[in-house]
Amino acid sequence: MAFMSNNPQLNQNGELQHLLTIEGLNAGMLRHILDTAESFVGVSERDVKKVPLLRGKAIFNLFFEPSTRTRTTFEIAAKRLSADVFNLNISASSQSKGETVLDTVDNLAAMQADMFIVRHAQSGAAHFIARHVAPHIHVINAGDGRHAHPTQGLLDMYTIRHYKKEFHNLRVAIVGDVLHSRVARSQIHALTTLGVPEVRVIAPKTLLPAQVERMGVQVYHDMTTGLKDVDVVIMLRLQNERMRGALLPSAQEYFKSYGLTQDKLALAKPDAIVMHPGPMNRGVEIDSDVADGKQSVILPQVTFGIAVRMAVMSILAGN
Amino acid sequence: MKIHIKNGRLIDPKNNIDAHQDVFIAAGKVLAVGVAPEGFHANRVIDASGLVLCPGLIDLSARLREPGFEYMATLESEMDAAVAGGVTSLVCPPDTDPPLDEPGLVEMLKHRAKSLNQARVYPLGALTQKLEGQRLTEMAELHDAGCVAFSQADAPLADSNVLFRALQYASTFGFTVWLRPQDAFLGKDGVAHDGEVASRLGLAGIPACAETIAIARILLLMKETAAKVHLCRLSTRDGVEMVRQAKRDGLPLTCDIGVHHAHLSEMDIGFFDPNCHLVPPLRSLRDRDALREGVKDGAIDALCSDHTPVDDDAKLLPFAEAEAGVTGLELLLPLTLKWAAEMGVDLPSAIARITTEPARVLALDAGHMTPGHSADICIFAPDEYWRVTPKALKSQGKNTPFQNMELAGKVKYTLVDGHVVYED
Repeated sequence: MAFMSNNPQLNQNGELQHLLTIEGLNAGMLRHILDTAESFVGVSERDVKKVPLLRGKAIFNLFFEPSTRTRTTFEIAAKRLSADVFNLNISASSQSKGETVLDTVDNLAAMQADMFIVRHAQSGAAHFIARHVAPHIHVINAGDGRHAHPTQGLLDMYTIRHYKKEFHNLRVAIVGDVLHSRVARSQIHALTTLGVPEVRVIAPKTLLPAQVERMGVQVYHDMTTGLKDVDVVIMLRLQNERMRGALLPSAQEYFKSYGLTQDKLALAKPDAIVMHPGPMNRGVEIDSDVADGKQSVILPQVTFGIAVRMAVMSILAGN
Repeated sequence: MKIHIKNGRLIDPKNNIDAHQDVFIAAGKVLAVGVAPEGFHANRVIDASGLVLCPGLIDLSARLREPGFEYMATLESEMDAAVAGGVTSLVCPPDTDPPLDEPGLVEMLKHRAKSLNQARVYPLGALTQKLEGQRLTEMAELHDAGCVAFSQADAPLADSNVLFRALQYASTFGFTVWLRPQDAFLGKDGVAHDGEVASRLGLAGIPACAETIAIARILLLMKETAAKVHLCRLSTRDGVEMVRQAKRDGLPLTCDIGVHHAHLSEMDIGFFDPNCHLVPPLRSLRDRDALREGVKDGAIDALCSDHTPVDDDAKLLPFAEAEAGVTGLELLLPLTLKWAAEMGVDLPSAIARITTEPARVLALDAGHMTPGHSADICIFAPDEYWRVTPKALKSQGKNTPFQNMELAGKVKYTLVDGHVVYED
């Protein structure tokens, strides 16, 4: 019940202490992060790609679940802010020796850590760690189970704002495995908070969580009606293990019904952009022609991701 | 030892008593109620002014963690907790390690419990060997060793043929089978109600139909076998409705809910509170309201604590990995009183849900204070508030979502067999 009352991401002054989920953050906070990111985009284009904002700070990448891309972008972001970065691939070390998450975190805290970037296979792991670290330590959720991936959600918002300028006149469709997707949950919270009037999810019923409409989205089961006149198409990754069994019969049938092709994309607005959090399964959820086509903004997403992560780190460290 | 309990408000639902009456105890039994027997000289007088006197509580589910989980709790600690909660009889499920599937284990547990001279322990025998859901246990032998009924606890019983035969076999001897209705496959890896909150938090869900499908299977097999069944820990609105209808149809069916489910819903999980990780899961507010109503109108026979002490280490994990369960022995009475207050239920009816009704489920001559009967008594202050803190709890399990809340209903004395086994 104490778990209900106070937002564990905020400090006593109502400022961001941790970034665990987009849920519960207001539009002003999200815009502030996006604006700050904008000021960092230029840094990456300079000869000396560094600012001294986090000099002397120790940032630990705590990855309980393997990831190369996300870890690397966090690492680059931290280094551009002049922080010292330490990468720990914990799935391979302490966990196999029976050390608990908290033991690991306590040990690292004793090494004078200032910030933890956490990825874990369990929903709620980042909240759990944030609840138990010393008050000066900041926690950034880099993906917890199916729950949240807030920096991904934010970089997607950055990308949308970059290409579409405003949120209040958009129609956005999120396509694919919403059930297992932390990215989708963060996107939905971010889009609804920033005032997007129409957020659609398009998926077979087996890949949608119960009562998903309660998150403020409209539910579609076919691409033809779902993609009609949308401004933004966000494709989700379909994990290999979901492609056969009780959720879906085969990758082929999935692609036929829910894969994004040029034909289907033609139903969206002519200037619609196509996004994907990566890594892509070409030919499963997205056709190569679309992924590499002129409406795709998938690679810019990655570039913006670094600026957004720099923004989040610098804002947290300043609070 | 002769005890005179005076000035208390005696509530004995079975005997329809709710009045200020004194109780006189001798040789472990209730000697008289109201007027002192001639020549009665008490060794001890307990002044129960302002207090309520009722039969000792009967808890239909309390895990004592022995054998096998002594690091979580011991018989000593949990029996202390029981009497501190006014519980004088408790049923322990067979999901120990090893499970209670052999007479020797049951005898050992009964013996250990008896030697502590506190609450009475009524073990449930495992319905299948090792609770694996394949081979039947020696039910008649287990019954002779002291098992009051047979149960799968929370272990799945996927094979309908095994369930069919188990019910047939149990009914041959007139044994009741206790089943927690949950389909073996639906929501198998789930950790929360498959609804709004689980979707938002990205927790794997357990749909309500995992319960109702299991109930349907049980009810159909009951008709087929004429077995007596007690359904444990209902959690859904539709489940309660099915039970209500089955009772109307005359099936020999009883059921209970965990008292926490009368108060909490999926919403209480908040930001992943591991203390709200329960089995069955906390469901929607609609479900919770139907459970509260079901206890009131009698569709649900009894409230139990479903006491499951979990040590801190096993709760200090992300939600899904944290072990499920709540500590409950010491909260059963206050949470029952809270339910009654919120539902406008009078005190005698509330107390019946944790005394006479569970006794009826167990077909046990207990839960009343008729003269000549064993003096198992709980004396409590109904309006005294106490704060739920780790220190205030005798149980080794401090795992409760009611942490730091103030609850009304403080046990002052507990008597078993006429002995004061707990005193506040």
